[in-house]
Amino acid sequence: MTDESKIQPILEIKNLTVDLPNDSDRIHAIEEISIYVDPCEILCLVGESGSGKSVTAFSVMGLLPKDQLTPSSGTIDLMGENLLEVSAKRLRELRGARMSMIFQEPMTALNPTMTCGDQINEVLVTHTSMNYAMRRAKVINILGQMQLTDLSSIADSYPHQLSGGQRQRIMIAMALVLDPVLLIADEPTTALDVTTQEQILRLIKEIQHNHETAVLFITHDFGVVAEIADRVVVMQAGRVIEQGPAKLVLKQPNSPYTKMLISSVPNFVSHCRPLTKNAPIVLATKNLCKTYVRRGLFQKTREIRAAHSVNLEIRRGATLGIVGESGSGKSTVARCIARLIDPTSGHIYLESYDIAQVSQNSLRALRSRVQIIFQDPYRSLNPRRTVGASIIEGLVNYGMSKKEAYNRACLLMPLVRIDPDVLNRFPHQFSGGQRQRICIARALAMEPDLIIADEAVSALDVSVQSQVLELLDDVRRRLNLAVLFITHDLRVAAQVCDTVAVMHRGEVVEYGEATRVFDNPQHEYTRALFAAAPGRGFDFANVSIST
Amino acid sequence: MFGFVVNRLLATIPVMMIVTIFVFLFLRLAPGDPAAVLAGDNGSPQQIIEIRERLGLNQPVLVQFGTWILGIAKGDFGKSYFFKKQVSELILLRVEPTIALATTTLIITILVAIPIGVIAAYKHDTWIDWIIMTLSVVGFSIPAFVLGYILIYLFAIEINLFPVQGYKPLAEGFWPFLHQLILPSLTISAIYIALIARITRASILEVLGEDYIRTAYAKGLKPNSVLLKHALRNAAVPIVTVIGIGIALLTGGVIVTESVYNIPGIGRLIVDAVLNRDYPTIQAIVILFSFFYVIVNLLVDLTYSLLDPRIRY
Repeated sequence: MTDESKIQPILEIKNLTVDLPNDSDRIHAIEEISIYVDPCEILCLVGESGSGKSVTAFSVMGLLPKDQLTPSSGTIDLMGENLLEVSAKRLRELRGARMSMIFQEPMTALNPTMTCGDQINEVLVTHTSMNYAMRRAKVINILGQMQLTDLSSIADSYPHQLSGGQRQRIMIAMALVLDPVLLIADEPTTALDVTTQEQILRLIKEIQHNHETAVLFITHDFGVVAEIADRVVVMQAGRVIEQGPAKLVLKQPNSPYTKMLISSVPNFVSHCRPLTKNAPIVLATKNLCKTYVRRGLFQKTREIRAAHSVNLEIRRGATLGIVGESGSGKSTVARCIARLIDPTSGHIYLESYDIAQVSQNSLRALRSRVQIIFQDPYRSLNPRRTVGASIIEGLVNYGMSKKEAYNRACLLMPLVRIDPDVLNRFPHQFSGGQRQRICIARALAMEPDLIIADEAVSALDVSVQSQVLELLDDVRRRLNLAVLFITHDLRVAAQVCDTVAVMHRGEVVEYGEATRVFDNPQHEYTRALFAAAPGRGFDFANVSIST
Repeated sequence: MFGFVVNRLLATIPVMMIVTIFVFLFLRLAPGDPAAVLAGDNGSPQQIIEIRERLGLNQPVLVQFGTWILGIAKGDFGKSYFFKKQVSELILLRVEPTIALATTTLIITILVAIPIGVIAAYKHDTWIDWIIMTLSVVGFSIPAFVLGYILIYLFAIEINLFPVQGYKPLAEGFWPFLHQLILPSLTISAIYIALIARITRASILEVLGEDYIRTAYAKGLKPNSVLLKHALRNAAVPIVTVIGIGIALLTGGVIVTESVYNIPGIGRLIVDAVLNRDYPTIQAIVILFSFFYVIVNLLVDLTYSLLDPRIRY
């Protein structure tokens, strides 16, 4: 029979159902999930937030929050052992040794008060009887396999002393030091820069190949799927809605939901838009510099050039994108322009008025003309205020009566496609996408000339991301706004920007019309960014449903 | 680090200057006259004037302040009006019992509060947690003097396990010394145990929600190791902050408890000094306490950097 000829999977989840607490919006976090991971295979579990992909992974590790999520039926077999029935002691023996897990945000997933070497060493202390010298040798050896250099100094460093990529390598080293048969990776590259993401993905693939590990890889990004997956399982609202070989699912998805997810991945083709060359310049910077100086009585003065000689221009009705990785200075520029921080030197012209060195008092009158939308809509709205109160706060501060301000907020809501009746609700009652639209409404309420969107869609699911981007663009067109769009994601920039500035180490390395930069990047760093984007060879926009 | 310590020590100078000015002025603004106290109930106005002249209290306040500051600069805190001794000598005589009481209190507090705080956090929302938290409310609410008398009644009078009152110096042997100190220390500890257990619990609960705790479980660690090696150290900064504040506030608790247990320490001394309007003694003790407070704060800040490698000065 076919069953006998089939290889035994490393992990087999059968009909797994996990219940949510009683007061939730649905009964099950995941329902009747059946998936398997074969030896030496990378299975990508794809879905948007709330789809149950992380719950599935945590069920395997036995790390579900106690009392809140409980597996109610089904089995999880790891090489023939049902993880839902083994003792707590046996589960601890398996964790870190037979199966291990890496997490999304390596900064928070590592203990800040222990050196990286100690954290890896702890796995060895827990699961083996090796002596100190053997353990140290093993730690150094696994760090070497992570393609890190200067191994013993890395082992003695604390997580905050390393870069994001290095930290994630430490996490991977910790997970793989005992050669587990199963590695679960929960969005391991989502918090990383594109170039780092590319390296980490390559590393995981290589290690998986060398150690013949089975990998359960959780992601929301079909770009990453195209890069790494052997097989794909797509989840939506706690159910598996599609599974199959990666190539097949990516090219001919069966379900409309999968197709929607795939085609939401923006591609690099820049949209041609009517040029706004003759529109008045709303904001221009000239030789804008920001240098952080660290002084100490007994220490050497250190200077960090966060932004150096930045020259940019934004015209009315146009979008300028600043693209760069973390630490490139893109947010510093945005904050200088909004005068949230004071530039060290240079000029910032808001229309013709230089605001670079204006005092905080005279700045107040100008504040309403530049508004910011921040990255994380969960944290940029005050959880204890109704969204209506958040939206009108700025207006009331500038002397408008509450009633008038509220009326204006109501008029704004259709523009961001939210029902004005919900203004008296609190932020937690909205989804991420809705919250970001509320943040847009809050910015628009001030009737600004310039909107700064600082990574405004980075925290959102791809499908929501495209909606918010489209909305932002629609608002820009209707109100003829100037938009400064800060992003680390080239594909997002390609969708909305008229002009693009690529920043690297505090300097603008490439600046020009979006179509020109995307079709024919000149600077090597820009090219490196393009080369690192996951799934770059894949045309996500034109996927058809198989029939 | 070295620069930081030097900076902080230099910064104590203006702090101490402000403290001296305030303590000096406020004492003289407060009602009461040391000369009248010294002269006693039967003292004649003439006697009072004579005493004032002798103590220099008839001089302008600024001159008095100047003489006093100049004295301090030479290491002379003046002579007590009431005890007729050098203030520095007086404090030296009284400092041992207070330091002993504060130290045993601190040790008892830390040994009790941190473990029960950790247990309450780990057993969050179970009956163990509820009992610990209820007891901590009780600990908060009982005034030190009430608890002091209850403990004396139970353990000294009814069971006769500990002495009722008094103090034995360390020179007379460690065990008698400790035996005498246990009840007073417990009395002061109650409120600090309650406070620090609560802050430990809250702090650990917050840390238990962190990602690296999940990582620690994913490595296969036992709950105990996760709690002690990963959670406690990361939760330590707020705990140490509160312990630091606690040490500073201890001076207040010491005053009441020394009176209840009749311990001849600084707390008793300051009570006597205040009642007798003994300006030089009060001033010297307040300065001593403020200096102590500044040093404790510095030590707390230095402990932060030992506990958390991200904090560097």
